[in-house]
Amino acid sequence: MTIKSTFVAGAVFATMSAFSVQAADVVKIGFIDPLSGPFASTGTNGLAQYQFAAEELVNKKGGILDGVKFEIVPYDNKISPKESLVQLKRAIGEDVHYIVQGNSSGVANALTDAIKKHNRRNPDSRVLFLNYSAVDPALTNEKCNYWHFRFDANADIKMNALTEVIKVRDDIKKVYLIGQDYSFGKAVAKAAVTFLKQKRPDITIVGNELHPIGKVKDFTPYATKIRASGADAVITGNWGADMVGLGKAIGDTGLDIPIYTYYAANDGITKTIGEGGKDKIRLVHEGPVNPPSTPEYSAYHTAFKAKFPEKDVSQFRIANVIGMLAAAMEKAGSTKPIDVAAQLEGMEFTTLHGENVVMRAEDHQLIQPIHVSVHTNEGITFDSDNSGYGMKTEMSVAAADTALPTTCKMKRPK
Amino acid sequence: MFELLFFSLLNGVVTGLLLFMLASGLTLIFSMMGVLNFAHASFYMLGAYFAYTISTYVGFWPGLILAPILVGLVGAVVERYGLRHVHRWGHVAELIFTFGLAFLIEEVVQFIWGKDTKAYQEPEVLQFALFNFFGQDFPAYKAFMLLISISIFVVLLLILTKSRIGLIIQAAITHPNMTAMLGHNVPLVFMGVFGVGAALAGVAGVIAGPALGTFPGMAVVLGPIVFVIVVVGGLGSLVGAFVASLLIGLLQTFAIALDYSVNDLLMLFNITTDADSALRDLWTLSLPQIAPLLPYLLLVLILIFRPTGLFGKRET
Amino acid sequence: MSNISSAQSAPGSSLFKVFRPWIFLAVLLIILPFIFSSGISVYTMNLMGIFIIFALSYNMLLGQGGMLSFGHAVYFGLGGFMSVHFMNYIEYEIFILPMFLVPIFGGIIGLIFAVIIGSFSTRRAGTVFAMISLGIGELVAASSLIFVAFFGGEEGVSGDRTMGPNVLGFDYATDVEVYYLIAIWAFITIALMYMFSRTPMGRMANAVRDNEERAEFIGYSQRKVRFISFCASGFFAGIAGGLFAINFEIVTEENLNALTSGVVLLMAYIGGVGFFIGPIIGAVVFTLLQTLLSNYTEIWQLYVGVLFVLTVMYAPQGLTGILAMHLPVIRMKRVGPLLMPYLRIGIPTIICLIGLVGLLETVHHVRSMPADQTMMSLAGLEFDTHSVLPWVIMVVFTVVGGFVAKSQAPQFREAWEEAHAPVSSDGGSAK
Repeated sequence: MTIKSTFVAGAVFATMSAFSVQAADVVKIGFIDPLSGPFASTGTNGLAQYQFAAEELVNKKGGILDGVKFEIVPYDNKISPKESLVQLKRAIGEDVHYIVQGNSSGVANALTDAIKKHNRRNPDSRVLFLNYSAVDPALTNEKCNYWHFRFDANADIKMNALTEVIKVRDDIKKVYLIGQDYSFGKAVAKAAVTFLKQKRPDITIVGNELHPIGKVKDFTPYATKIRASGADAVITGNWGADMVGLGKAIGDTGLDIPIYTYYAANDGITKTIGEGGKDKIRLVHEGPVNPPSTPEYSAYHTAFKAKFPEKDVSQFRIANVIGMLAAAMEKAGSTKPIDVAAQLEGMEFTTLHGENVVMRAEDHQLIQPIHVSVHTNEGITFDSDNSGYGMKTEMSVAAADTALPTTCKMKRPK
Repeated sequence: MFELLFFSLLNGVVTGLLLFMLASGLTLIFSMMGVLNFAHASFYMLGAYFAYTISTYVGFWPGLILAPILVGLVGAVVERYGLRHVHRWGHVAELIFTFGLAFLIEEVVQFIWGKDTKAYQEPEVLQFALFNFFGQDFPAYKAFMLLISISIFVVLLLILTKSRIGLIIQAAITHPNMTAMLGHNVPLVFMGVFGVGAALAGVAGVIAGPALGTFPGMAVVLGPIVFVIVVVGGLGSLVGAFVASLLIGLLQTFAIALDYSVNDLLMLFNITTDADSALRDLWTLSLPQIAPLLPYLLLVLILIFRPTGLFGKRET
Repeated sequence: MSNISSAQSAPGSSLFKVFRPWIFLAVLLIILPFIFSSGISVYTMNLMGIFIIFALSYNMLLGQGGMLSFGHAVYFGLGGFMSVHFMNYIEYEIFILPMFLVPIFGGIIGLIFAVIIGSFSTRRAGTVFAMISLGIGELVAASSLIFVAFFGGEEGVSGDRTMGPNVLGFDYATDVEVYYLIAIWAFITIALMYMFSRTPMGRMANAVRDNEERAEFIGYSQRKVRFISFCASGFFAGIAGGLFAINFEIVTEENLNALTSGVVLLMAYIGGVGFFIGPIIGAVVFTLLQTLLSNYTEIWQLYVGVLFVLTVMYAPQGLTGILAMHLPVIRMKRVGPLLMPYLRIGIPTIICLIGLVGLLETVHHVRSMPADQTMMSLAGLEFDTHSVLPWVIMVVFTVVGGFVAKSQAPQFREAWEEAHAPVSSDGGSAK
């Protein structure tokens, strides 16, 4: 009976595989991120932005290289490293050679490792990993590899910018660090300790806490603890549901202290925090939204909101990923990953915001201007979550000043 | 320090009583039918989602009444057409059925409401700080949760011990055959208890949805904990479930509040540890870290050493 | 009876008869990658092989021993973690060992933990056992996030399977090489588990499952019998975990959490726990659903959930049970008269299902796509989700199909009973 059912299975296989037709004039970009579970809203929002960027920046202009179009193929990894590798295998099987991923550095660490192995074993079907959001510094330092490119500033760069803001706030004497218990959360905590010690040796760190990622039901006990510690400020790298929960709990306990964050905007977070977080929450990010930078960006943003009224341009770097990938393919005159990688390395690019960025060749880290913004409803042109609240830029760090040294020893294919 | 203890106590009691609303229904169902209902937390989730949808049309308060009734009806249908049908295949099949049902309900919820977190908010009238203690606010909504769960506990206890229905239920728990001989419709009692148990879980969902978030994973997060309470409290014991709920609730909040690690303990005895050894995780092990572990440790220990639970009279 | 009759025939032919299915299985395992050579099918078969071993080991508990476990992934996951650590030891040349032996260590750690946990959890069967397994499962899954040195935290532990001495020129760089590694292990473990179920020990496990008291009366300690089954089961689950580690080169907390424990229960039950090959069929079907169905629909888990609940309610013997119900009919050569009733009930049922699936998919499409994207394609057909016609067609399909199928049910039942009615001439031996 095993045999019988296997044959039935075989018949199913045969019919199914006949459907998968592939066209040569399409570049498939595999999007591996959570589309279900506690971080689904972050993932689906990112997917919409990729689909929009591919359509708006490439396909509408007739594609690249005389008509080659971009197609975004979504794969749900449920934020699990294991599931991501399963989806990676599937994507490679479906002739995808460009992988974009961003949510969770744990996933990114697994993917970069798997892609390195895959490219070594299968030189004729190489894959590029375009990381748009996973900011564990290790990815462009000790774990760097030639096939990985990071378009977001890493946790150290961001913390360097955030602590520039804290540096001038003399009223802050005690800081509480809270984050998710995995590589990224640990990286944020480590960076905070290092930079605070450098810039403000008088500040004491009254709490350095890691909580399980995506599993905490109620952040009230944590908020109580922060309150009891007498902290003057909180630094957190939380994102997705963990940021919503933390923001809500801190608001509920009536804690009136500044909160410095990496990701406390959009994806329902801005709406949840609302009035309670006004002028309290600060965010470090790329791509200044308010006040609007250039007419090109304003047009892009408006067009996006027209197509996805419920979503936001929460990760501007996605436009950079698509823009730079298209430019690299044009320059290389090819869509083969090895040629494109050679072009991406060291590439200079002007973003929709009119900012000049460069993909640093020695570690594949994009060096770009970094901004620190405040959560407010005054002077907001483009709000988040349609809530009237948004992020207003308070301070900017020029691209050259954000560059930190790297320990990466890049091995390039011969 | 006193501030921390005070608020941890309050938060622990709120969490504990919320858990009790789930556990009370489950323990009645478990002791009557001998089936641990895996889908019980799914009814809690349904309660939150029903109430969310109702609240988008007519506001929070009608949802508080309507959603649990709807959930109760769903529960009764599940018992009548699902469980009773599967009963003939034995207990294992029943257990697996509720397990499959939990899986299915989660998928159905994702199908109907989508995979993201729903913006289910507490009513405007309860969005204020009830009191301020050491500069920390206590939200009125939490007090409201406390009030609802305590009143449910009291009403339930009164019904079970003082009313005629309660006596029949108690009889059906211990001697189902004898109760049936006496002319009571035991299957109907089963269906009723299952429905009411589901409705109680629904109430918990309605009031927990705004506080803990309304998302497809909310059942999975809470489900196993409720099992722990039922087993630890003892079979069929409402008081046991009450005590165990509070115990677990306090255990979880205090474990987060009190940040002590094995290292601190060893320091007391002047023992220093090597920070790079393979056992380093053991030395840095802190209470907040092992907080999620404690309920299950309790469950396993209770099952090994006291299978009747803390207050139960029969074995699980 | 059958034993005696086979002993009377020539020993050579009986030996062939015993080994025939195994030879068949071996040949099948060898030629499969030649038939299905695409990357995705090799990948699917690898997953199938791992899940077959895992599901069979689970059935040693549930089907053969009557122990319902909600924490079987613990042994699978621990086996996986141990194996991936061994892969890393091989990479750093702490041990010199060919890669194909790694799953053994997965099995050994599975066995060790099964011995420890089984020593107290197998005292009782039933709900107590189920609850302890659940508690242990949650306990181990939660500790895996705490003990980062061994479990690697949220990221898990990665390894590289191409390291170590190459035996016969295999370095496992491609999936096909891994396929043969898994196939060999699958063949060996399936044979071992089958033999275990035929030993007196395996038979006693069945006896304890069916009636603990009577089993004790004939001099066996029910606890000891359960304990031995439990340990064997943990060992094989660990091997499956080791193969998982080699195939995916990563093991994470997910491998030992409640979800994986649930999946293995699902596979074994859908396949049929009352038969040795039930879990094999369950694993094959589930993997196919997981890898193929998920390519075509986002709501595949909804279908799996419905299938699971329907199986529990109406076919407690699983898919194998349904197939087995047809055996007597085939043996009595009465398939012919059943064919027409099957067609008459089957075609409307399929139409009804097509309508239902179409409705579900369309509703899902309308809800999940941006408002301006109203065109969807289903099974090659393009249509506009905002026009009325497709909805009408699907509703008509569902209602008419369902109605016709229902009207055919009594006739079908009649035909079914007629086909199963004992014939007076071969009454006794038909059983």
